[in-house]
Amino acid sequence: MEADQQLDEADSEEAETLLPQLVAHLHEHRSELRQEWASRINDAHLLTAMTPQEVFSEVTSVYDNYVEVLETGSVEELRHYARDLSERIIPRGVETHEVIGVVLLLRDVLARSLFEKYRDDFGLLSRVLNAYEPAANRIATTVAGSFVEERERVIRQQEDSLRELSTPVLQVRERLLILPIIGVLDKERAQQLTEQLLGGIRTHRARVVVIDITGVPDVDEAVADHLVKTVDASRLMGAGVIITGLSSEIAQTLVTIGVDLDKMNTVGDLQGGIEEAERLLGFKVVRTEDAQR
Amino acid sequence: MPNADRPSPQEPLRVSILRQGGYLIASIHVALDDSQLHRFRDDLLELIGRNRSRGVIIDVGALDLIDSFACHTLRTIAQVARLRGAETVVVGIRPDVAFTMMQLGATLDSMATALDLEDGLAWLANAADTDNPLPSPPGLR
Repeated sequence: MEADQQLDEADSEEAETLLPQLVAHLHEHRSELRQEWASRINDAHLLTAMTPQEVFSEVTSVYDNYVEVLETGSVEELRHYARDLSERIIPRGVETHEVIGVVLLLRDVLARSLFEKYRDDFGLLSRVLNAYEPAANRIATTVAGSFVEERERVIRQQEDSLRELSTPVLQVRERLLILPIIGVLDKERAQQLTEQLLGGIRTHRARVVVIDITGVPDVDEAVADHLVKTVDASRLMGAGVIITGLSSEIAQTLVTIGVDLDKMNTVGDLQGGIEEAERLLGFKVVRTEDAQR
Repeated sequence: MPNADRPSPQEPLRVSILRQGGYLIASIHVALDDSQLHRFRDDLLELIGRNRSRGVIIDVGALDLIDSFACHTLRTIAQVARLRGAETVVVGIRPDVAFTMMQLGATLDSMATALDLEDGLAWLANAADTDNPLPSPPGLR
């Protein structure tokens, strides 16, 4: 036990002296190792979305950051840089596996150069690797982690903006709302849509709502069921719902799940739906010429 | 206008039933438990007969939740009232309450509903006028 502890202390002491050696080695061979790394990236067909010049300039920055982490032991700077880098490369379609591959390649390149340098003294090589490997793995984890975090952040942001855009509740006449739905209707979106619709009925004092689903490619049974319930919920607030633009697939789904079709007021297209709604509300649209006659 | 919020052997019902022309307007102010709902139902149906009302408006705008028992009671009131010559319309269901009812599957099948008191009165006026082809929006009845 005591012996182990002493050994550990000896190890860490040695690590303290070995790491600066290692860093000095990496500083010394900076240009060739960097070049080697860039060509390995190219050979592996990674980062194809970027030009070779761009890859090289990023490679330089990452290399310097990498060495700095080995030197200082702090990954903060690198994490910051990795975030920034991810922000730039994600919109260009760089994939997670590419980023991880690139970082692992650097680890390999550096390890190879260490083998080269210490090949005559296997014991020393082993100790150098003991110091190098945990630091290298930490760096790989940090870079990959930052990239994935950034990606998730972008995805969340896109989801949020899509959600805001996706369900406008619009008033077209006094007490008449339209709700055009475009895109795939999943369960979460259907719920949110219902909430917005019910709130809209209250604020606009709507009596008729036209829900147009021309832009919905397909719905599953749960969503179709939800749509029917939305009609019920609107009715509870005193508003009638007209559904327009049912595609034949969606109509078939409604029939298959056995929707009570008496409850559903459907009209072929949006124009027909608005005309029907106007009729129900007592509006009459007349051409000015005809009215003058 | 007589106020039907009368004292009872238990606590007073927090419901007011007002007469307005040929209509009764019942406002429920707080959540009622099952036995209170029964008393409300009995009181209201009694008043319909006594006042020879043609229409009943039940305002539930103050309720945070309308469960299946409340739905059942409201439906019963509407059916009985119709047998006694009065149409019933429920008004003031809030958006969040409607959403919860939808998720619970609690419905007011075949019952008339309207946004608020004003619409409820308009609906009753239309319902009485059988010549009007459009007493209500398509969802109503």
